[in-house]
Amino acid sequence: MNLSEVHTGHAHQFEDIEQQHEAGTLGMWAFLATEIMFFGGLFAAYTIYRTAYLPAFETGSRLLDLRLGAFNTVVLIGSSLTMALAVRAAQTGERNKLATYIVLTMILGAAFLGVKAFEYEHKWDHSLIPGLKFAPEGEDLLQITRWHAGIPQVQLFFCFYFFMTGMHALHMIIGLGLLAVLLVRSLRGNFSTHYYSPVEVNGLYWHFVDIVWIFLFPLLYLIGGRY
Amino acid sequence: MHYPRIESHVHYLNVNYGIRSWLFTTDHKRIGLLYLASVTFMFLVGGLAAVLMRLQLVEPQGTLLEPDTFNKMFSTHGIVMIFFFLIPAIPAVLGNFLVPMMIGARDLAFPRINLLSWYVYLVGAILTLIAILNGGVDTGWTFYTPYSSTYSNSNVLLVGIAAFITGFSSILTGLNFIVTIHKMRAPGLTWSRLPLFIWAHYATSLIMLLGTPVLAITLVLLALERILHAGIFDPKLGGDPLLFQHLFWFYSHPAVYIMILPAMGVVSELITCFSRKRIFGYKVVAFSSLAIAVLGFLVWGHHMFVTGQSVYAGLIFSALSFLVAIPSAIKVFNWTATLYKGSISHDAPMLYALGFIGLFTMGGLTGLFLASLATDVHLNGTYFIVAHFHYIMVGGTIMAYLGGIHFWWPKISGRLYPDKWARFAALVIFIGFNLTFFPQFLLGYLGMPRRYAFYPQEFQVLNVLSSAGASVLGVGYAIPLIYLIWSLRYGPPAGPNPWGAKGLEWQTPSPPPTENFEETPIVTEEAYAYASEDHELV
Amino acid sequence: MWPKIPFQPDQASTVARDVDQIYLFLTGVTVFFSVIIFAAIFYFVVKYRRRSEHEKPPEIEGSLTLEVTWTVVPALITVVVFVWSSSVYFHNARPPRSSMEIFAIGKQWMWQLQHPEGPREINELHVPVNVPIQITMTSEDVIHDFYIPAFRVKKDVLPGRYTSIWFQATKTGEYHFFCAQYCGAEHAGMIGRVHVMEPADYAAWLAGGNRGETMEKRAETIEKRGENLFTRLGCNMCHAPDGKGRGPSLVKVFGKRVKLNNGRTVTADEAYLRASILTPYKEVVAGYAPQMPTFQGQVSEEQVLQLIAYIKSLGAEQQSSTGSKQP
Repeated sequence: MNLSEVHTGHAHQFEDIEQQHEAGTLGMWAFLATEIMFFGGLFAAYTIYRTAYLPAFETGSRLLDLRLGAFNTVVLIGSSLTMALAVRAAQTGERNKLATYIVLTMILGAAFLGVKAFEYEHKWDHSLIPGLKFAPEGEDLLQITRWHAGIPQVQLFFCFYFFMTGMHALHMIIGLGLLAVLLVRSLRGNFSTHYYSPVEVNGLYWHFVDIVWIFLFPLLYLIGGRY
Repeated sequence: MHYPRIESHVHYLNVNYGIRSWLFTTDHKRIGLLYLASVTFMFLVGGLAAVLMRLQLVEPQGTLLEPDTFNKMFSTHGIVMIFFFLIPAIPAVLGNFLVPMMIGARDLAFPRINLLSWYVYLVGAILTLIAILNGGVDTGWTFYTPYSSTYSNSNVLLVGIAAFITGFSSILTGLNFIVTIHKMRAPGLTWSRLPLFIWAHYATSLIMLLGTPVLAITLVLLALERILHAGIFDPKLGGDPLLFQHLFWFYSHPAVYIMILPAMGVVSELITCFSRKRIFGYKVVAFSSLAIAVLGFLVWGHHMFVTGQSVYAGLIFSALSFLVAIPSAIKVFNWTATLYKGSISHDAPMLYALGFIGLFTMGGLTGLFLASLATDVHLNGTYFIVAHFHYIMVGGTIMAYLGGIHFWWPKISGRLYPDKWARFAALVIFIGFNLTFFPQFLLGYLGMPRRYAFYPQEFQVLNVLSSAGASVLGVGYAIPLIYLIWSLRYGPPAGPNPWGAKGLEWQTPSPPPTENFEETPIVTEEAYAYASEDHELV
Repeated sequence: MWPKIPFQPDQASTVARDVDQIYLFLTGVTVFFSVIIFAAIFYFVVKYRRRSEHEKPPEIEGSLTLEVTWTVVPALITVVVFVWSSSVYFHNARPPRSSMEIFAIGKQWMWQLQHPEGPREINELHVPVNVPIQITMTSEDVIHDFYIPAFRVKKDVLPGRYTSIWFQATKTGEYHFFCAQYCGAEHAGMIGRVHVMEPADYAAWLAGGNRGETMEKRAETIEKRGENLFTRLGCNMCHAPDGKGRGPSLVKVFGKRVKLNNGRTVTADEAYLRASILTPYKEVVAGYAPQMPTFQGQVSEEQVLQLIAYIKSLGAEQQSSTGSKQP
């Protein structure tokens, strides 16, 4: 933050606060376009392998815990709601509400990550970590043989599972960091009805990360022979 | 003759001094210069690798380097030149310096992100240099699996991470340009009045924004595969090595347009200025940039005609590849037509621009051989490919880059360089370039595969010719480096507009003040309105 | 003495002529447009050179007629080239039915070639002139590429799947073949020679009269080797010819449409047979239990090819298809 920003409310390269706000929003949209292509590449690769190894990918999907996935979906949708309310509170200038909603969003986000960590640990215990420790046994192995899946191909599924959910979790962690900064700034009273674009831009990011999960959940958990 | 320091006004170079004032600057002009220094250094690194390769290939037995070392040289050359020179060269140096000035803005929309992009580039470049010094990488710049994921014993992981990181630097630059061009144009500067340099950078930014993340994800998958070996690209574990090529070329073909579109923008500026004419068919030239950017995303499969992809996929990719040739052809005709009845001066930047048109024409036309299926089968993977893309990338992009540097040098440095030397250098580069790369077309047609550390006797004559040309080309590149640095101290001061050019960047002193303009300019006419008033040389 | 600069590679296959005609046409197009552009630039730059600093060139915004012309003319040329070149490519995508089939395995950094009659060669390939020859290829490690410039044919050689090329040599002689896909340290050394011979000479060579050092003295046919392997691995225990074993009979299975237990139907081509040997649990024939063990790691790519050749020799429904086949 340089001097002119403090004095006049907008950075020196902009004509006015309006232009700054528009630039910030457009910048975030452009960034999200990048993100879509980033996850798009992954989704494309996932689709190709799913088509090639359908039984293995369906079996892999059965080895995931549907209840935990569904629970996390609800948690994330809830966090999108609190985020939207936070943006609203910023627009109307209600500082206490703003801080509360940001904290709520962070709690829900953390809850999601906690559940995710629990799921990962479960996969570790069951030796379903591709590359490092992939040796399905017991009930898991039975499932794999019952559906004629082929262990290497199921490992491929878990590659994508960990990579896609891991990338998503990384985005969540970054989102939590951004929210923490936002919280500090809101408590300091940096935002007003005239200046709330950081809240709005962070909100865009948070909703995007939620939407990615809305695609991941059915792709990984639901469409796996559980019709 | 020794000219005094330019102290007549406060500008971006003398506003403050010291290393910190550069390393922590958010001024787009200073960041442009930081990039200029870094990409020039990387160009020398990549050039050194090329010199060693050409020396090795003088003799068919290739006794200078071990085959393994040779492989590391061409990989280094490709990786450094593409990711660290050609992609950032024009956008991050000239684009950074000029985009805000050409649209009458004080800076880019996000100056700190702009600085961040340079640091990101720097981290990527340093990691690459560490990898090179620490044994190098031998996969070629294409990192094809499963060689890169399973078999290579070199620093694939480190270089992959470096390329991944550098990708973010171009994403950040592209994002900044898009927002700036959308939101920060001066009053009166409508889309149809934008200089073509801006249109070209807008199209380029779209590709940077939408293509680079796919490369990023591909490189992460490659890194994961190398660390965990879980089988994503390994057929023994059910993976598909060709998936890598699809993902890689989905970015890397559009990346070619990241390298050439800005060059086309530069050439449009040069041709109009030095013939004092408005561009012939402004709208067509502007929209052809966008057409190239969009179509560029649909032709990646033409890199894979001989991988055994389906015949029908081949037909579609071939048709689309022919289609993308047409907007480029239109541009060439329009530039040439712009010269008609102009008032053409023969200053050094113009010589580079004319060289660009000629060489780009040849590079583009030889692309037809590769879009055409039957001939591609023979020419794919040979020196024909090498010659073709060097005509586009060196004959095209580097010619335009040097033309642009010469054109805007008075604006950047406030000094003029010796014009005679500059024209001489342009001529040497043109001759050296053709001598180096034309024989490679013949080599390719004769069937010499690329990336060979040694080769059968019958290819020697043409290889010797090519190496001889490379030495001329090397001298050609050294000359501007010397006189441009010389001019920083000894060049005569340039006025605000030494060429009588029309863009907004010429309406402010050279070098420009930190905020570019004393007051925000108001635009009342179209770009290149050279007929509207008398030309004043200041 | 001034060295002679070569301009054209040997033209020694039926395809080469077609490809060269397109090449020649495209060269013509390139020269024509390059000359036009260079000449126009040179003419304008001299004729309209700046004579005074106060010149004021006329305002020309553009010309619809001209712009349409130079959009349509290149477009038409590309259409012509596309149609012409694609038809040549398409026409040559499939080998003639009567092709003689040779197997090739690429590995870092050598080519191993296997004749149907048995002889095996390293980095050498002997073929008869005027006979269509199909080479079915696979790789043991990384991606290679089999390229014979004089025949204008080239195809990547991939691990885990089969690709193929075909050619019909028109001139006897020796021609290079290269690896054209970078494959590691000794990539440049992965080259060899095709010897195109008169049919009589080829027959004599096959009989062992004039074989080189790279050949084995007494070679069994590839089918015979496959049969031996078939017995040694115990395949015949389950795949009995009468179809009463635990596995399906393999007689006349090649080229047949096979119904799988997941309801799909596949063609029993080289790729399917290979997949069934290496990953038998994936595509199981309807009516049989998925109990066949995998032979992944127990048989080399070469041995897989021998097994396939043996299965083919048990009779086939029709000539195999070619192109890339995913296992």
